[in-house]
Amino acid sequence: MNRNKEQGFFASLASNPSTNEFVKGLWKDNPVYVQVLGMCPVLAVSNTAENALAMGLATTFVLLMSNILVSLLRKVIPKQVRIASYILIIATFVTMTDYAIQAISVELHNSLGAFISLIVVNCLILSRAEAFASKNGIGKSILDALGMGFGFVFALFCLGAVREVLGSGSLFNIHLFPEGFQPWVVMILPAGGFFTLALWLLFFNLLKRRKTT
Amino acid sequence: MNESIWYIFISASLVNNFVLAYFLGICPFLGVSGKMATATRMGAAVTFVMLISSMCAYGIHWGLEAINAPFLQLISYIVVIASTVQLVEMFIKKMSPALFRALGIFLPLITTNCAILGLALFQTAKGYGFVQSIVYALGAGAGFTLALVLIAGLREKLDFADVPWTVKGTVLTLLVAGILSLVFMGFSGLGSQ
Repeated sequence: MNRNKEQGFFASLASNPSTNEFVKGLWKDNPVYVQVLGMCPVLAVSNTAENALAMGLATTFVLLMSNILVSLLRKVIPKQVRIASYILIIATFVTMTDYAIQAISVELHNSLGAFISLIVVNCLILSRAEAFASKNGIGKSILDALGMGFGFVFALFCLGAVREVLGSGSLFNIHLFPEGFQPWVVMILPAGGFFTLALWLLFFNLLKRRKTT
Repeated sequence: MNESIWYIFISASLVNNFVLAYFLGICPFLGVSGKMATATRMGAAVTFVMLISSMCAYGIHWGLEAINAPFLQLISYIVVIASTVQLVEMFIKKMSPALFRALGIFLPLITTNCAILGLALFQTAKGYGFVQSIVYALGAGAGFTLALVLIAGLREKLDFADVPWTVKGTVLTLLVAGILSLVFMGFSGLGSQ
């Protein structure tokens, strides 16, 4: 009963054209679980929930700003050099984000390392610029960026939370388990990233299958 | 700073494998690892781009230091990488149209391969000299190719295996990659100086 109600709610949101742009990124076209884009940061900085959240928000910011600018300039940029122009726009915002994070928290900057700079080559951002912002108006592009961005944050957080809880027995540095808990160290190592992501994708495959039958 | 050439090579290719330990270049790793032949050539193309952009990055870093504009680093690196990829693309299109078709969209996407930008950023952060940078690029390229070829070999075999529908596709590849990553952890003993 409850589930039906929920589905009805999402369906009504999705049928409304302006909210559709926002909601599709969160669920139906989730950048990580459905489109499998932007995998590198997803795996690399999801070893704690805090890192995952910070990385997700930084990416969302860059995505939002680049979508706005690309959408504004879409009639000015010649078709032949569009990809190069998008990358330059993205690189500018990433440099800004990099310096901003360094100013806010050096600790966070150190734990995210080079992966902040590597937002430039996150396929998610370039693909939204190319597939959406270059064809649509600014309002729609903002909604699209926010939807995709929060979908990305959601996916990263799911991964980061599972890895931190199992790998260090804590969430946001708060210990969850009694003394006797033996943390699964493998979960915070690279191998754990692959396994956790595989399990989440499996889970979403199951959900999709259930819906269609 | 004074790490030996050999140490840098082993470290970049095995111990700190770009794909399996740093998670760089996951997109082509998942995308073009279906067939052994394509994987080998993709590895070669990426290694070549790495080599060129690593040399350029060394020069650019030196130049930017001289004019005191470190904030231009990211932008200039990505421009160099994009141009190198364009060059490789034209070259492959001319020399082997079949390979050009096989690599498809993943060829221009080498530009957004984080392994290459990552390499340029890491070598700058580590303060490598010119020769060290070249060796680092070769090691990283070899490591990338090795990971790609290994997973392609496994996936070719897995095509014939009867697996449940739930894990088909990306999920299975990720699980295999996880196991490979565990195996590569065995090399970590080599890294201690």
